[in-house]
Amino acid sequence: MTVAPTLVLAVGNPSCGDDAVGPLLADRLLAANLPGVEVLVEFQLQVEHALDLQARERVIFVDACVDAEAPYVERTVVADAGFAHTSHSLLPAQVLETYRRITGSEPPQALLFGVRAHSFELGAGLSPDTESATKAAWPRLLELCGG
Amino acid sequence: MNQPSLENAAHPEKLRRIVIEPLSRVEGHGKVTLLLDEQGHVEQARLHIVEFRAFEKFIQGRPYWEVPVMVQRLCGICPVSHNLAACNALDQVLGAVVTPTAEKMRRLMHYGQILQSHALHFFHLSSPDLLFGFDSDAARRNIVGVAEAFPEIARQGVLLRRFGQEVIRHTAGKRIHGTGSVPGGVNKNLSLAERDELLVDVEQTIAWSRDSVQIVRRLFEQNLGLYRSFATFATSTLGLVRSDGAMDLYDGGLRARDAAGHDLFDHAPYSRYWERITEDVKAWSYMKFPYFKELGAEEGWYRVGPLTRVTQCDFIPTPLAELERREFMAFDEGRAARSTLGFHWARMIEMLHAAESIRDLLHDPDLQGTDLMAKGERQPRGVGVIEAPRGTLIHHYRVDEQDQVVRANLIVSTTHNNQAMNVAIREVARRYLDGRTLTEGLLNHIEVAVRAFDPCLSCATHAVGKMPLAVELLEADGTVADSRRRG
Repeated sequence: MTVAPTLVLAVGNPSCGDDAVGPLLADRLLAANLPGVEVLVEFQLQVEHALDLQARERVIFVDACVDAEAPYVERTVVADAGFAHTSHSLLPAQVLETYRRITGSEPPQALLFGVRAHSFELGAGLSPDTESATKAAWPRLLELCGG
Repeated sequence: MNQPSLENAAHPEKLRRIVIEPLSRVEGHGKVTLLLDEQGHVEQARLHIVEFRAFEKFIQGRPYWEVPVMVQRLCGICPVSHNLAACNALDQVLGAVVTPTAEKMRRLMHYGQILQSHALHFFHLSSPDLLFGFDSDAARRNIVGVAEAFPEIARQGVLLRRFGQEVIRHTAGKRIHGTGSVPGGVNKNLSLAERDELLVDVEQTIAWSRDSVQIVRRLFEQNLGLYRSFATFATSTLGLVRSDGAMDLYDGGLRARDAAGHDLFDHAPYSRYWERITEDVKAWSYMKFPYFKELGAEEGWYRVGPLTRVTQCDFIPTPLAELERREFMAFDEGRAARSTLGFHWARMIEMLHAAESIRDLLHDPDLQGTDLMAKGERQPRGVGVIEAPRGTLIHHYRVDEQDQVVRANLIVSTTHNNQAMNVAIREVARRYLDGRTLTEGLLNHIEVAVRAFDPCLSCATHAVGKMPLAVELLEADGTVADSRRRG
């Protein structure tokens, strides 16, 4: 089975304030139906997501980011062999490292597309600042995905 | 002589304070504080929940049919458990007795959740401590270190988890926000193609799960003194059992035992759980402290989860897991089954049970049935209780005639274990930290004790940059004497 060369892994909880940024942008990408792009939405990154990277040329992690410059950041992600402690979820670099460990090969090129986020209250919508940041981020994300 | 409880220090203002915040490899917003006197003796140890999650407010006012999807957003770790507990409660609101196909589809989904959650906990979160040692080099004590030293174990952990996720995807319809289970039944069955896809890997999954039980057994054999006593204490217990006393993670009656192992109640209907259980509050934690009414707040706290379920049931209704349960119960004259680190062994036995149950269900033609939904006479209230990966999960709703949820009460697994986790860290503080120079390795003992319960202290919010671990040593006046961070 062939897979799309670009994987967008959007992460976040749609009901936790600015954490909804990832799923929201993923919905727009899904609606755009871009060729060569597969979009997956998850609450959080986990070890098995390393398996979703197989046979990809590129992965773009889309997430809310509390330490980003507004409105968004693009950071190259490389596998982090030195991560010492984690929670039930992984960071993008840790997913890449897991890929290396279980496949024995280098992961695909990876980018973190992080939208500046501020609050994460259960039941809240996007904060005004993050709503603005999301609007600014969308054209660039579309461009990155070849749209 | 009774030992001090370490819950409340007599003069906290005079003591040094150590904060572990948030706990690594424990979800979310919890912290541990230790108060030490000038000689380094521990005077107080507490596990705090520092974030208030207004679950009930989030749900109240919503139409009932939205609830099974909404509650999945309460927790990024076990959304399926919330989905199923909500559906079971709302079945009662609809007066529906679900069809065999619906019940078996839900069970299959639930076993997929149990399998993937237990695999994650053991292979990813706990195996570094267990395989390398609690105070081994922190730079190596992680999943990457496991992958280097034990590559096959690390690989199996990932593939076991993926298999569980695939079971969820095929039964819930999607990886997340699944809509497969709905009030009154399910909206899809399992196609033959989906069944055949899962059958390809199920025997391997069972074999790996069985191997995982043996890994924990060997760890006990190699470290018997430590594993027997680490953070161990006598406790009351609570969990579901089937009508014949078998383990049942999906449905059943409530069985509770006191710390001596005597029945407090058995096969009690969970639909009236509030007659047995109530909750205490303490000023220093946002998380409530449930207890058995008949024993009172001081004595009535209890433990839920894999260790309780495996030790409290009369048998496990799948053969390999039952064999392992018997071995576990007999090991070290029953001490392993009473030890806090026995959680890990019990968790792997449950993972094996889940894998066997998935295999059995995949061969059941009811999963291809087309009778998916049931109806009945509408009721104002519904209570759903399931055994989620971390323990008993209660969802309780009142729904008005306009289909709106007017009251919701949720008691999640980690809340049931609140006092038990506090007692565990006090045992560790008393035994390993008291009067000693504190190192990262010693502080990790506290985390090992908490992690045995696999708590889920927050849910689902995880944004990049939000989850470092900070350890701070504060003087009595609040100034930071020392600190370390790890992310």
